[in-house]
Amino acid sequence: MPKEPVAVVGIGQTKHVAARRDVSLAGLVREAAVRALQDAALTWADIDAVVIGKAPDFFEGVMMPELYLADALGAVGKPMLRVHTAGSVGGSTALVAANLVAARVHRTVLTLAFEKQSESNAMWGLSLPIPFQQPLLAGAGGFFAPHVRAYMRRTGAPDTVGSLVAYKDRRNALKNPYAHIHDPDITLEKVQSAPMLWDPIRYSETCPSSDGACAMILTDRTGADRSPHPPAWVHGGAMRSEPTLFAGKDFVSPQAGKDCAADVYRQAGISDPRREIDAVEMYVPFSWYEPMWLENLGFADEGEGWKLTEAGVTELDGDLPVNPSGGVLSTNPIGASGMIRFAEAALQVRGRAGEHQVDGARRALGHAYGGGAQFFSMWLVGAEPPTR
Amino acid sequence: MRDVAIVAFAQTDHLRRTDELSEVEMLMPVLHQVLDTTGLRTSDIGFTCSGSSDYLAGRAFSFTMALDGVGAHPPISESHVEMDGAWALYEAWVKIQTGEADTALVYAYGKSSPGQVRDVLTRQLDPYYTAPLWPDSVALAALQAQALIDAGDTDEAALAALAARSREAASDNPHAQLSGAVPAGDYLVRPLRTGDCPPIGDGAAAVILAAGDTARALCERPAWIRGIDHRIEAHGLGVRELTESPSTRLAAERAGVFERPVDTAELHAPFSSQEVVLRKALGLDDRVRVNPSGGALAANPLMAAGLIRLGEAAARIHRGESDRALAHATSGPCLQQNLVAVLEGESTHA
Repeated sequence: MPKEPVAVVGIGQTKHVAARRDVSLAGLVREAAVRALQDAALTWADIDAVVIGKAPDFFEGVMMPELYLADALGAVGKPMLRVHTAGSVGGSTALVAANLVAARVHRTVLTLAFEKQSESNAMWGLSLPIPFQQPLLAGAGGFFAPHVRAYMRRTGAPDTVGSLVAYKDRRNALKNPYAHIHDPDITLEKVQSAPMLWDPIRYSETCPSSDGACAMILTDRTGADRSPHPPAWVHGGAMRSEPTLFAGKDFVSPQAGKDCAADVYRQAGISDPRREIDAVEMYVPFSWYEPMWLENLGFADEGEGWKLTEAGVTELDGDLPVNPSGGVLSTNPIGASGMIRFAEAALQVRGRAGEHQVDGARRALGHAYGGGAQFFSMWLVGAEPPTR
Repeated sequence: MRDVAIVAFAQTDHLRRTDELSEVEMLMPVLHQVLDTTGLRTSDIGFTCSGSSDYLAGRAFSFTMALDGVGAHPPISESHVEMDGAWALYEAWVKIQTGEADTALVYAYGKSSPGQVRDVLTRQLDPYYTAPLWPDSVALAALQAQALIDAGDTDEAALAALAARSREAASDNPHAQLSGAVPAGDYLVRPLRTGDCPPIGDGAAAVILAAGDTARALCERPAWIRGIDHRIEAHGLGVRELTESPSTRLAAERAGVFERPVDTAELHAPFSSQEVVLRKALGLDDRVRVNPSGGALAANPLMAAGLIRLGEAAARIHRGESDRALAHATSGPCLQQNLVAVLEGESTHA
């Protein structure tokens, strides 16, 4: 029996900020969930199951917070699953929820991801004691900077490309009312003159620490028929993982990312992603990951990704807009960041992205990654129901 | 629904401490064992899912290291729940239901020994109002036990007898941490004595799931998952009737437990008093063999103990010792979240 088609009929986000001191963890997640229910014109009683995700529990200092959050998310008496796949978790969580509908185990599922980084200290949460981590890694930037350097050396990309991405994403964020960083005075010069943190990554090319949550309502064909607004349809979704470290690992373009994209394109019947996909919400926590992932995801040949960025192809009004929402560079509640990518892709094909809407977006890719560039999750959503 | 079965199960010996082993080293033998049992290699597996908790490991992203033990290159389709491995099995079962995979490797592990597990588990509670008071897991279970005694559902002697029966059964389980004549002991938190409480220990488990004819090819007598469901209750103990487990009851209904009698039940009841609650919710009488493995009172490696219940029930079906078994897993204080599955051997499904 073929899978049940899965539709996104409700999306809700909080306004992402550095610290939401006015709400508890429960208040934060409920805000996003209520907005998703309102978008779908549904109530708590319409929800059959809840799938929740976030990155490490140490970020808020609560072990298995889904237990505490069951009440706030209307999950009492229902199934509740908690997903954790590092930085890719927001995407993986949405895919687990989508599978519940696709397998016809449930008809309508609430999926939500969050991070309230202000409750605790993410730097401490990520600082693993020796011998679990090499002593020279200073935060995520310290881990990823050498791989950016390797990309630059491998492709001959000029060192100005990273700042172009940051300048673009921060300008896009000004059009997104939920984005964390709104800097109306942003200029390219400002980005390029920011302090160097982990050479070649400048402060202005890094993601913020945010409090925020993102929720989606996923449903079957019957549920989609009742939706007051156009749904986004899931045309393909996949997860791939590879080990953190091993001889032969390509940190610039991990095999797991390539395989994951290939699986999604196969499911969605995409043979030329560059031409057939209208918008991309890509997990870019450090600016240079845009050109790197353009290659990893098959939008550019190896060594050519930076040329698309430099030519303005990935601008909001370009041929292949990347991160019209402002992306992770503008908003980063870590555990929610992947789901925001998935949700923003869905908003684009629903035509409900507001000021950052890409004209005529019919197919969009949501992408997330995590760990030491080892966990990948992606989905491709379309304005029309899948035909295969 | 596709027919999906547990076709292989392995677990470590559960030990009070395993200082000399990393989590990956603890896990590797059980991964190899289930793969060897079926003749599958990592690259043959359609989907992999694991369950564990960073809070037990004391470090963020602890599961990323465990993945190294799986040998995930070329890359694999893989996911992780920050829950007991029973829920990882559920996610894998859903994945197979979509038709995107025919086989799945599920594993779970937990080392409770590096920290003070009673303190660690307080971090599961409401972080603003409850957790700052550090009410530990034994104290919360004792509240539940006292509520049962006050309601006339059990008494201390009955609880002691129940614990003794579990550990007597565990004498046949070479992996158990506590077995045989374990004394009832002194009060740990009234009315619970040490004998009413689970041992603290380290351990890991793995199972392989397969669909339809694949399962038949991999296992002589697959343990078919006829139904599986899980439900959660409110977190605040003040709004729950602790002598009942409505989430277990509902999950059991959805899993089809009450359609026909079961002959065996593997219940994840870390405290003797919780078996009383679960037996009532599941309507189990003395004709049902409960916890022939010894249950969580004999070995309770956190995050793996629920998956082990599914594995133990399946293994009895594999060996022809059960035709229709119930398996249960729990999470959260005082049985807040519960999963129930019904497993059957082929012969009863004509």
